[in-house]
Amino acid sequence: MKIFFRVIVFSVLTIVLYMLFATQYIPPINPAPPPKEEALNLGAMTMPQFIALGEKIFNGKGTCTLCHNPVVKRAPLLESVAVRANERLKDPRYKGKAKNPADYIEESMREPSAYVVAGFGVTGTNDTVSPMPVITAGAIGLNDVEVKAVVAYLLQLGGAEIPFEVPRGQPVAEKKEGQAAAPAKTGAEVVKKYGCGGCHKIAGEAGAIGPDLTKIGAKRNVEYLRRAVLDPDADIAQGFPGGMMPKDFGDKMTAGEFKLLVEFLAKSK
Amino acid sequence: MATKDERYDKMAYEFIKVSITAYSITAIIGGLLAFSLFMFYPDFMKYMTRLFGPTMLAYALIFFAESASLYIYYYGWHAMHYGFLKWVHLTIGLVLNAVGTMLMFLANSWVTFMLSPGGVDAAGAFQGDIWKVIHNFLWNPINLHRFVANIAYGGSIVGAYAAYRFLSARNETEKAHYDWMGYTANLIAIGALLPLPFAGYWLTAEIYAYSQQMGITLMGGVFAWLFITQAVIIGALFLSANYYLWCGMERSPGAYRYTKYIKYIAGVIAVCFLVWFTPHTLILKPWELKTLGGQYHPFLGPLGIMPAKNTAVNNMLIFTFLSFLLYRRANKIPTVSWAAAGSAIQAAIFIAAILNIVYLGVYYGYFTNTVYKVASSVPQVASTLTVIISCMVIDVLMFKGAKDVGEFRWGKMPQRSQYALFLLAVSFTWLMGLMGFIRSAIRQHWHVYTVMRDNSLDAFTPTIGYAAKVVSIATVIFMAIVIFIFWLSQLSAKKQEDKSKLHPEVIPYEPAAKPLKPETETE
Repeated sequence: MKIFFRVIVFSVLTIVLYMLFATQYIPPINPAPPPKEEALNLGAMTMPQFIALGEKIFNGKGTCTLCHNPVVKRAPLLESVAVRANERLKDPRYKGKAKNPADYIEESMREPSAYVVAGFGVTGTNDTVSPMPVITAGAIGLNDVEVKAVVAYLLQLGGAEIPFEVPRGQPVAEKKEGQAAAPAKTGAEVVKKYGCGGCHKIAGEAGAIGPDLTKIGAKRNVEYLRRAVLDPDADIAQGFPGGMMPKDFGDKMTAGEFKLLVEFLAKSK
Repeated sequence: MATKDERYDKMAYEFIKVSITAYSITAIIGGLLAFSLFMFYPDFMKYMTRLFGPTMLAYALIFFAESASLYIYYYGWHAMHYGFLKWVHLTIGLVLNAVGTMLMFLANSWVTFMLSPGGVDAAGAFQGDIWKVIHNFLWNPINLHRFVANIAYGGSIVGAYAAYRFLSARNETEKAHYDWMGYTANLIAIGALLPLPFAGYWLTAEIYAYSQQMGITLMGGVFAWLFITQAVIIGALFLSANYYLWCGMERSPGAYRYTKYIKYIAGVIAVCFLVWFTPHTLILKPWELKTLGGQYHPFLGPLGIMPAKNTAVNNMLIFTFLSFLLYRRANKIPTVSWAAAGSAIQAAIFIAAILNIVYLGVYYGYFTNTVYKVASSVPQVASTLTVIISCMVIDVLMFKGAKDVGEFRWGKMPQRSQYALFLLAVSFTWLMGLMGFIRSAIRQHWHVYTVMRDNSLDAFTPTIGYAAKVVSIATVIFMAIVIFIFWLSQLSAKKQEDKSKLHPEVIPYEPAAKPLKPETETE
């Protein structure tokens, strides 16, 4: 038993030592919270304000300075990109379609490999492939207005003329996975759109996490079905745990979709 | 089968007995994890189930195959012990390992999909080819890294078991057996630990290749400090492994010839360790910043960059290998005529490799552009591998048919050496938890990177300190379970004596009497 305790004490002491090192010696840096889509009042925005927005995105949400900075030099510096753009457009290695510096900068953000500055390409590709991510997609995901704002900032930084006005439309909303833009037109479409088949057996899909709904209309009335969608935990089906079904379908669906769904379920006999 | 050494058979049987209990606990914890995921992340799990459904089913079926091979392997141990049947038994053992590896690869595909989704479009919709989903960008780098790490980790846990039994051994025979078992397990652990940093470099390079942004978050962003913690733990791993080897020299009567070098090896490893955990950027108060003139220390700052750390870690590996070579030859005198030349060639290879590693580190680290700084790592690794492979080949040939200085004394180890084995197991576990955290944390606010955001109100990326506390609690729980399993294995080997047969004439009823001390062992 003495050995047992010695070993326990030794193990715990080692763990505590590591924990103290990681909590006391390592500086406590809080990772940044996820970037938020800011509501922009484009109607009242002046060009200097638009350029300032571009600078903010360049240093923040766009994460451009992670690579385009003079310390790490992972990517070319962009202070004079507006000036150099004209030379690059004439370079035989240029593969894009831009005709002026503004389009060149925007193109390099959307298609980074259209022109790769010598020495900054992916290793082994002879500077034909850029390691830069497409900034309108993926983790950065700038929208069209944000891209334009960065272009305006970089043009101004290089002392070039800005050949466009502040866009007056609203930014394109981010499209989320599983959410189609148009409302569904039939009950089966509603089922598909909101992924009911992921958990339930319904409309040709065979989810097994929730109850089988292929004959639910024979067992339950319309009032029950309505309640089951809006407040899933009001009645829990026998043999299934509560709290599993999302409670926000009432917020997500349009009134028409909700009606179609309840009718579809009531007819499933 | 190759050495005909019964000790290997005994060790394998003893540990498979322990593994049976560990296996059931693994299944319970796996179930707990799966249910928790479905309960706390229903939408995310729905998405994953829709994509990976067939692989999850395959996982369950392969789990059956693993259970079957495990039970046949264990229960058939004595029924298949000699001749052809032993080969059959060995094959079942290999099948057990192959099936276990398949399980790990499948689970890896789920984890790596979350980091580098493949086979889906930008919105996350399935494109119809499940193989592309499984074979996503980071799948193979993680497969290799975990495969090697599991060997090292398994070795360290067997080492801890052997240490526990060594410390509680009741006689010299037991001590000798568990000493040998601890040594063999440690050898496996360190053997797999040596190539592990290289698998880690490949994984990191692939993360950068997949997404520069993710790579920078990993190595240059808020998580950069985590690698300082990692360096400290790996430093502790190397120091304890070396310490164990040095203690092990006490087993050899001829070790006195080499013990004088140990202090120098220890010194080099300590210096490498210090370089490895020197940070690049310092978090300073304003007045400190003013005094220092920047965020980088004028003398120590240059040691914070990657080429300096690569130089340190490669030298640490080379000197650990040197400890092993000295241990190997501690009790032997070579009989081949070219022994002196062989030793000279080995020394030349060591010196050339060390000079090359230091030169590459200095040149790429301080005389090239940032983009090329990591370029030193591949030739440095090649130098280290050259030393390990070539010197090992020379050593094996040189000490073939060598004379023993005296009788090798298994069990002649100080008790404190066994705590080095415990340190290995605890450090591995803690480090595994920490690296699991960073693997997960570099996704930041994404469940599936770039495809499915974590939009919940409670979502946050923990700080390193917070993660360290969680990892520490998990390690304490894990080690408690492991020590409990070790204790169970001892319990299963004990038999209570039948009081009535020992003393048939006296059967007094004593409610407060102490039970007989169960001491009879089957082994």
